Formats: sequence, structure tokens, C-alpha cells
Amino acid sequence: MTAAPIVPTLKTPRGRSTTPNEGRTASLLLSPTFLVLALVILYPLLSAVYQSLFSAESGLDEQGFVVEGDVFVGLRNYLDIFAGSESGRFYNALWNTSFFTFVSVALETVIGVAFAVAMNRAFRGRGFLRAAVLVPWAIPTAVSGLLWRWVFQSNGIVNTLTGTQVLWTAEGFASQVAVITAEVWKTAPFIGLLVLAGMQIIPEEVYEAAKLDGANAWKQFWSITLPMVRPALLVAVLFRMLDSLRMFDLPFVLIGPRKESVETLSILAWESSNQLEYGTASAFSIILLLYVAAIAFVFIKLLGADVVGSGAERKQRKARPAAAKGVSR
Amino acid sequence: MRQGRQKRRLIVGAALLATATMSLTACASGSGSTGGGSTPAATEELSGRGPITYVSSPDASGAAQTSVDAWNAEHPDEQVTWVELPLDADQQRQQMVQNAQIKGDAYTVLNLDVVWTSEFAANRWIVPLPEDALPTDELIPATVDAATYADQLFAAPYYTDGALLYSRTDLLTAAGVTEAPETWADLQAACDKVLALPEAAGMSCYAGQFDKNEGLTVNFSEAVASAGGSLFTEDGQPDVDTPEALTALEFLVDGFDSGMIPQDAITFQEEQGRQAFQEGKLVFLRNWPYIFNALSKTDGSSAVAGKFGVSPIPGEDGPGVSTLGGRNIAISSFAENKATALEFIQFFTGQEQEESRLELSSRAPVYGSFFEDEAVVAKYPYLPTLLSSLENAAPRPKVVQYGETTAAIQDEVYSAISGDKSPEDALADLQASLEEIVG
Repeated sequence: MTAAPIVPTLKTPRGRSTTPNEGRTASLLLSPTFLVLALVILYPLLSAVYQSLFSAESGLDEQGFVVEGDVFVGLRNYLDIFAGSESGRFYNALWNTSFFTFVSVALETVIGVAFAVAMNRAFRGRGFLRAAVLVPWAIPTAVSGLLWRWVFQSNGIVNTLTGTQVLWTAEGFASQVAVITAEVWKTAPFIGLLVLAGMQIIPEEVYEAAKLDGANAWKQFWSITLPMVRPALLVAVLFRMLDSLRMFDLPFVLIGPRKESVETLSILAWESSNQLEYGTASAFSIILLLYVAAIAFVFIKLLGADVVGSGAERKQRKARPAAAKGVSR
Repeated sequence: MRQGRQKRRLIVGAALLATATMSLTACASGSGSTGGGSTPAATEELSGRGPITYVSSPDASGAAQTSVDAWNAEHPDEQVTWVELPLDADQQRQQMVQNAQIKGDAYTVLNLDVVWTSEFAANRWIVPLPEDALPTDELIPATVDAATYADQLFAAPYYTDGALLYSRTDLLTAAGVTEAPETWADLQAACDKVLALPEAAGMSCYAGQFDKNEGLTVNFSEAVASAGGSLFTEDGQPDVDTPEALTALEFLVDGFDSGMIPQDAITFQEEQGRQAFQEGKLVFLRNWPYIFNALSKTDGSSAVAGKFGVSPIPGEDGPGVSTLGGRNIAISSFAENKATALEFIQFFTGQEQEESRLELSSRAPVYGSFFEDEAVVAKYPYLPTLLSSLENAAPRPKVVQYGETTAAIQDEVYSAISGDKSPEDALADLQASLEEIVG
């Protein structure tokens, strides 16, 4: 996850037709990769789908010992999730997951880009700042959850500094604010660094030309920097969204399990599996997978995030002369 | 054109492969899904000798390691290897359950929380111990009870834990209260007097563990038992929609409403409560014995060192009923060398090893005699109080689906104390969800 690709520079031989023979060799050479992928991705996925069609039925015999067996229930696990007596919990978790994702990713993007702009300036201690910014990203999420729990506890530093008595780690909107704060603190640097990398490949002449044309800093940012880091930014945002939709450890550690206001889909899946209801847990995971896939699809379609880098070359070639004239695309 | 056809062939191939994999998994889970199995064991023969593993949470004190070392020194051919699990109890349980589900023989001797014992026994993940395996007469009865399921002893009590009421004796004396509170009314009356003192400005009366986790189940079931009720009937049916449970829940809800329990106590787990008491913000605190050492520290970290005392927790009409914590040691059903395992358990939980561990660890032993031993009591002054607390302790609900049960209790009690539901509604809903879980 951390080693996210910035605009890949790999040149794909486009336009040149491949002979069938070459295609066969390519498939042959790639087959070990496909085999490994099938083993570590396809198989667990299919097995999860399969398992989600079963339910563990258990009862006690007259001596008080458990008699159990997996029963095929078809789509009943899904039906229960969407329309059963506990469906309210699912919709609440779905809402929380989406709410956390969109709010925190939006904040992270704004703050991350601001970081990148600041770090892109030449000043003393820039190297130090870049390293310092990475610290939150390097801290394991569970640890940062504990750290923020300590910050937000009732006699913690937040309440002391603001002179309030807000119960951040209990329930309600305050606890959602706590989770979002910690999440943004941790992951804004990730966006910042990816955007910074994108910024550093913008040639200096472009800015010089813009200055000659009398563009102020604000205009330069909107018309040059932002359009030119767009591919890197979109990939970073996409990665963050996919990551954030699976959010588990931060609310779990910072606020705790079974807290309605911060319960996410991953927490529901964890809880089912903890209670040995692997069928329901698999169903939750499959639903989450589909949801994540749908969001990613919409994101790529709407904003044209260039994940595989196929069009990067072409776009950059197009963007350069356009930006050189100081015109935004 | 040609490539298109090739692609299609590839997809068909992949689909075929997928179907094949699916049917393969079908076979695999089909054969594995018939759990349970043979007739209830009337103590099968524990046989086999050789190396075994001891699967346990980490022990920072190092006391358990010395016991294992002592065993290993005497038994070169039956070595015990310590398999250390994560500190988090849920993760320990999950790993042990997973090992049991694949019937793995990697784990021999399991260190179980008392509340998991029923679940492991009912699923036959652990084997019953022979009748005469343990000197049950010398053990504290509540600990033996917590290791028993369906009238069979399934585990050996390892250490035990019970609730204590910590109180600020300096302030109580200043306010003219000489007796530790025995009832909730006494508690309130003592607080009223203490909080009127100028030196008690800004303090709150009472706190326990009210955050939504296991601590809340503990505090609620203690309150119910202390009001003379019980969460489950003798034959294991849920019984929470009762006047006693209502009294108990109202004690907590009214406590929050009247300010007797501070608002922020709803975020307290064990440690937050300890901090608040240690900083001098609470008159009374319900907690476990382990915080005694931290509170007594004279290096400046504790504002209450030498200013507090312990007593059994209060109840509705008299002393309250503590819940029982602690750990049991059991033998996995799927392990080899069970005879060695049994001997190791007898050695490990025997009086001699319990005594030598007292040097290093403050965990309360399960033999009643230690609680009256003067040398031991000099070191751990809370032990006599703990013993009287344990003598009328009640185990937490002994149900097989403990995970779901405690979750349901936490859900409903938390919504009552946070004001989302009336106590009556919360208890009615709790009864309904417990019936669904048990039934």
C-alpha cells in the first residue's frame, strides 16, 4: 500500500501489433504470476463467496454439549444483512464507513496538497520537514489509535487545552470527530508526499514563463501546479479512498468495538468472525468488496484516475505545451 | 479477431477452473463440518507422554516462566514449551478457537479466561479432568465452580480475581465516617458528607468500569447480583427483566443522572478509573486488586498513597456480590501427551508453585490458606478483603455463547446509562436478545 506507484514511466509498446506467437510466449512467461495471483487472490475470494452461503447452526444436546454443523442457506446471510432484524446496524455501518471516507479523504487532500506546496519551496530545513511529515504515516495505526485515545480521553490534553469537558471516546458526533482527526493526522502526509513527487517533475521553465506573463502565485497554482499534479493526486486520492473504506483499527482502538457512531463495515465483519459466524462474516466482506469496487469504478470513470499509467505519457506530452502557454486544460 | 477468440477461451478456462476450485472447497468443508462427535466423555483416559506446549498470554512478571523452568529442570523428556499469545484477550481466544477448529495438536495446555471455560468445554475443545486430579477442597469454591461445566471439572484454577471497593479513608475519617459503606445508600451518605468538606472540592463520588467493553458486563452483573438478582436462572435461561435487575440498572443510571457517578466515567475502563482515583478525583472506586500497587507508590506518581483503604463492594441491602475473574488451565482435546499435560497442570497450579510465584506476581492464588498467611498478607494487604469478596462471588453468566451474551449486555446497559433508553426498555430488550442467543 505504501509503495504506491507515482506516474509510471514504463513505456508500453502501443500501436505495434503483436503476432500470435509473441502473445503465446508472453502468456507462458506470465503464467507463474497468474498462478500465484490465482492462489493468493482468486482462491480466497471464491472461498469467501462460497462460505458466505453457509450458516453455522449450533445447538446444545441434553448434557449441555454443542452439536453443530454448517448448513447451506443460499443467499439468506445477505438477505439478513440487508433486511433482517439487525439490518439497521448494517446501514448505520455503511453510512459511517462512507461518511468517514469522504470527509477524511477530502480533508486529507486539502491538507496534503498544502503540505506539498510548502515542502516544494526551497528553504532551510526542508529535508527535515519532509522526514518529519512522514512520522505519522510510519506509526502503526493501532499505535496511533492508542496515542489519540490518550489525547482525547476525558482528562486528556484536548479537554485541558480547550477547557471543555467533551467525552470524545464515548459515543456520538464527538467520537466521529476524534476518529476523523486521527485519520487525517495519519494519512495527510501520504497524499502530501505523492503530490510532492508529482510537483517535482514540473519543469521550472513553465513557472518562469508564467511569471513573465504576469501570473500571480495563486494563478500559477490553479493553472500550472494543480493540472500537472492531477494524475499523481488522483491516484493518491483513489488509494486513500480504498484504504479508508476498509477502516478498522482506528475506530476499534480509539473508540472501541460496538460503538454505534463509529462502527464500520470491517468491524461488523470482524465481530461476526469473532463469534464464529464465518458465513455472515464472509457475506459482510463480500459486500464491502463490492462496495469498494463500485466506488473505485465510479471514481476512475468520473475523474479518469490513471491507475495503470497507460495514458500517462500521452497526457503529459499534451499537458506540457498547454501549460507552457499558461493555459489551464 | 484471433486474439479475441483466444481471450474468450481463456475466460472459459478460468471459469472452469473456478468451478473446479469451488467444488473442491465444497468437499473439504463438507467433510469437516460435522463437529461435536462422540458421546459425552465420562473422563476418557488421559494418555501419552512427551514434550508439550503451554499456550498462554504473556506474563510480564516472569513468575509463570519460573514455574515452567522448574518443571523442565525435573522432566528432561517431557519439556514444556511456552507458546506466547498476544496480550489482547479476544485475540488469545480467537487463536485457541482456530486451533481447535482445525483440530490442531500444536497447543496442549491452554490458559483460559474463566468466562471462556464453558464455551470451550461445551464445544469439547478441552477434555474433562479426572475426579481426583485436584485438591478441590483446598481451593476457593467459586474458582472451582468457574472451572466446572455440566458437573464435570474441565480445568484447574490458576489465579483468581475479584472486585474491591477502594475508598479515600483520609477524607472519610475527616468527614466522620468510620465504617466502609456496606450498601449503596451508605455509599451515597458517605459521599454527601465527604463532598461537603472543603478539601474535597471538585471530587466525584463513585466510579467503576462503564465504557462499552467487558468491564461494563462485569459491573452490571455485579450490581444485579448485589441487588439480590441473577442474570440467568439455575437452568441457564435468561432472566433479566426482573425487579432486582431494574434496581441494579437504576443504581447506575440514577448515579449518572444525579452526578454521584461523574459523567466522564462512561469512558472509563480499568486504567482510566485508576488514574482518576490516583489523581484524587474520586472518593470511591470499584476496581480489581491489581491497581493496589500503583496506588501505593510513594515516588510521587500517586496522590493517594497511604490515604486509601479497600473493602468489599457494597450492595442494595448489605455487602455486594463480586464477579469472578481470573484464569483456568485446561488440556486441549486434540493434543498428544495428555498424561504429561495433566501432571504439568497439577504441578503448575499446585500449592508449592502458587506460593513461589507470589514472590514475583501479585496475582491472587486460588488456595484459601494463603489469604490468612501473615507473611503473604504483609506483602499484599488487600488479600483478606479479597477473600471475603471471593467467598460470596458469583461467576459471570456461564453460557456457551459468551461472546454474544456479553455483547448484548453491553449494548443494552450502555444505551441505558447513556440515556438513550429507559432502564425498563433496556432490560426488556436485553431479555429478548438473550432469549434469542440462548434459545
